[in-house]
Order: sequence, then structure tokens, then C-alpha cells
Amino acid sequence: MSEPSLEIIDLSFAYPDGRQALRNVDLHVHHGERVALLGPNGAGKTTLLLHLNGILRPASGEVRVAGLVVSDDSVLEIRRRVGLVFQDPDDQLFMPTVGQDVAFGPANFGLDGEELEARVAEALGAVSMLGARERAPHHLSYGERRRVAIATVLAVRPEILVLDEPTSNLDPASRRELIDVLRRLPITQLVVTHDLPFALELCPRAVVLDEGLVVAGDTTVEILTDELLMKAHRLELPYRFDPREQASS
Amino acid sequence: MLYRHGTTPVHQLPAQVKVVALLVFVLAVVVLPPEAFWAYFLAGCLLVGVMILAELPAGFVARRLLVEVPILIFALMLPFFGRGETTEVLGLTLSVEGLWGAWTIMAKATLGLGASIIVSATTTVPDLLRGLDRIRVPRVITAIAGFMVRYLDIVAGEFSRRRLAMVARGYEPRWFWQSGPLAQSAGSLFIRSFERGERVHQAMVARGFAGRMPVFGDRPATTREWWIGLAVPLVAVLLALLSVTVLG
Ligand SMILES: Nc1ncnc2c1ncn2[C@@H]1O[C@H](COP(=O)(O)OP(=O)(O)OP(=O)(O)O)[C@@H](O)[C@H]1O
Ligand SMILES: [Mg+2]
Repeated sequence: MSEPSLEIIDLSFAYPDGRQALRNVDLHVHHGERVALLGPNGAGKTTLLLHLNGILRPASGEVRVAGLVVSDDSVLEIRRRVGLVFQDPDDQLFMPTVGQDVAFGPANFGLDGEELEARVAEALGAVSMLGARERAPHHLSYGERRRVAIATVLAVRPEILVLDEPTSNLDPASRRELIDVLRRLPITQLVVTHDLPFALELCPRAVVLDEGLVVAGDTTVEILTDELLMKAHRLELPYRFDPREQASS
Repeated sequence: MLYRHGTTPVHQLPAQVKVVALLVFVLAVVVLPPEAFWAYFLAGCLLVGVMILAELPAGFVARRLLVEVPILIFALMLPFFGRGETTEVLGLTLSVEGLWGAWTIMAKATLGLGASIIVSATTTVPDLLRGLDRIRVPRVITAIAGFMVRYLDIVAGEFSRRRLAMVARGYEPRWFWQSGPLAQSAGSLFIRSFERGERVHQAMVARGFAGRMPVFGDRPATTREWWIGLAVPLVAVLLALLSVTVLG
């Protein structure tokens, strides 16, 4: 069997103020798989994501990316393998131009010259934003900034793409474009979202986190149709939304 | 913003050339002796020539010159408060020293500002930062300047939303001393900006940032571009030398 893209083994974590944010979390994501991470506000989703590239370190347990354990020695290589897209694109885009922002990651990992140029073009192309290369990030629309933020991590050619609430604040058309972009990308994806129809459309599998515990893991349709589970963990579908109908269409 | 899009030769000069040219020009203007009216006039003509070349409309430049108004007011007060020898103009007793002071401040400020307007109107901020980088301005300074420009809009936007939220709840600051609540909210704005700084730093670290900003391949300016760019300030230097020797 091939190495899983992401392996989280018995991970626990508490913030310095004593708040236990993660408890004994286990999660496996296979190569090329797209998994949705669901859960109410404060469940610990963002906290979990920050462990994936070593910004936070587990109190106990282990995180492996393509077989490599997150540790002080491996952290730079881990950051190359894990492309983390933050919730607010304004936190992610900090260079004066889009092109430079996309180049920031690969340049840190030692690319330069024509290779770097090509990498930037490839990443912007993947999110259909090639035309914005010389523009200033703060002049782009919110949806465009979101896509550029994704390009900034794609440029590093990560093993796994990790997105924190990628559809928040997007209008329906930008949301649709984002879904198309993400579905086209042939890499492993872990997506935190409150947008359940989005999760259903993008991710065949879903995991539910609540109060730092993994409380369910199944196909996304199964989870969204389990009314008891949904109620217990404050998950709600849009009015009259039928996951089965949606999934079969 | 200050930048005005265009494709004129002035726009196309590399930023570092323009920055150096601006510095040299300003230095030349600073050393012009007050009595050399002709030199000021010629330097002004040079600037107007470059403005025409850069296709900058007179109104655009005039509006940006408005920031000079406080300086002008200050300069105009000098003749009234200067000491020493006095002279009568239209029935007013004015200090001769003060008159000279007012004239040089006005002339030099206008020329210096005019030149800065040309450079900022023909150079985008990213280019300007890259140009500064090229002429060895420390990376930390250009990086900070870059962040400031990048996040100014966001902080300003947050501030105006904050104000709007207050106004919507009946707060209507008419006078300066009523701005207390807004000023207090600036405190929380600072905290918010600080927290954003932390998140931005996380995002940088996540993409492999280890304390050094990468440089991105930009081309150096050619000798020809240096000559073209420095032509104008060199004429100004010549004017300065001439006027100093003629009058001195
Ligand atoms: N820096 C911090 N210090 C202390 N506690 C924190 C910190 N960041 C988050 N927490 C707490 O940890 C818990 C998990 O937070 P986290 O941000 O991971 O939730 P989340 O699932 O991402 O929620 P949301 O859906 O609202 O984004 C919350 O109870 C939160 O209050
Ligand atoms: Mg979160």
C-alpha cells in the first residue's frame, strides 16, 4: 500500500491558556483524495490545520506528511509539502504584486530565474489568474484574491493542499469558479468548511470535529444525511437541500 | 493614488534612475543662491518640460502641489516677523531678510515638490521599492515600506467601517474635541492590525519564510538609461554651479 499523504496519529493539543483544543485526533488522507473537515465554530479545525505544517506542535501524538514526521528538523521540508491557504486572503497576500507574492514561496525554497518565472505562471494559470500577475493584490476582488492565495501555495507544488473556509465571503459566481478550480487540481486536498453543499460537491469523504474530538468520518453523503449526527454537532444544511439528490446529479 | 498610468519615456525609465535623479535635482536646487532668479526660472522650465514629456496634465500636478500650502503660509509670514533692515511695499513694512527667506522657501519647495510629483506619478510603488532595493537601501526598510503600502488600504478601510458603525449608532463628531471615541477605537484598531501582523507572519512562515525576503530578478538600468535619467538633474547641477560662481 502506498504511503498516505497525511497521517495524524493520536494528536492532542492545549493552548497556553489551558484550553484543550484537540483530543486524540486520528486522521488519514490518501494520495489524491479530497476530504472535508466539518464542525461547529470553535471545534478546533483551524488549530488542527496549524499543526499540519508545524506552526503549532502537538502536546502528544504525531503528524506525518507523506511519511515524514513533523519535527524541528523536518519543518522546512514539511512546509514545502503542505500548502496552507489561510481563511483571510489579506493575511496571505503581502507582497506588492501578485506575481511576487506567488514567487515568494518557491523563492524561499531556492528557486530563481526562469524556473521561478515558469513556476509562477504555472500556479497562476491553474487558478485562471495569469492576467493579474503585475497587479497589486489589494486591487483585486475578494474572489480573485482567494484564487491568488491558492496560487501562492500551489507554486510550491505541495503534496497536500489545505484550505481553511475557502468559500467564506464569496459570491455565488466566485464560489462556483473556486469549485471548478479545486476540482481540476490533481492533488490531495483537506478542506475546512461550513459550506456543506460545497463540501458535498468537492469532497467524497468528510470528517466531523467537535470540541477537539473526531466524532465521525464517512462519505460526505452519509454524514450529511445522518440527521442525529448533524443536530448533535450543530451542522445545518440550507433549507430544503437534499444531499442524496445533489450527490446523484 | 499618486501614480498616473502611462507609457511615456519617463514612465519607462527604471525606478532607481528616477530616484537618484530626484535626489541630485533636489540637492542642486538646495544650493541655488537666492539671488539667482534666472537659475530658478530655468530649473522650473526643465521640470515643466519633463512634465510635458510624461504627459502629466497641469491640473493633476497643481492638485498635488496643494500639499505645499502650509509651507507657503509659513513662508509668507516671514517678511512680517523678520528682523533687521526693512523696506516699504504697498504701505507695508517688511523685513528684507524675511522677504528673501520667503522667496527661497517658496521657490525651493515648489521645485523639489514638482520633481517628486513627477517621479511618484510615473513610477508604481512596486517599481519604486525595487528601485530602492537596487540602490542598496536596506532590505528591511523596503520590506517595511512595502507592507505599509500593502496594508494601508486595509487599515484605512477598517477605520472608516469603524467610524460608520459609530455614526450608525448616533455618534456624530462635529468638532475635534468630540473625536474621543474614535481615537479610543484607534487603540483597538492597533490591536487588530497587530493580530493581523501575526497572521501574516504565520502565512509567511507557512511558505518557508526564514527571516530573509527573497529578491526577484529585475534588470539593472543600462548606462544609456542612467544618462537619459540624469540629464535633467545634471543641467540643474550646472545651473547651481554657474549661479554660485557668477554670484560668488
Ligand atoms: N491563540 C489561542 N489561544 C487560546 N485559545 C485559542 C486560541 N486560538 C483558538 N483558541 C480556542 O481553541 C478552540 C478551537 O479554535 P479553532 O480556531 O481551532 O476553532 P475552529 O474550528 O477553527 O472554529 P471556526 O469555525 O470558528 O473557525 C476554540 O475554543 C478557541 O477559542
Ligand atoms: Mg477556524
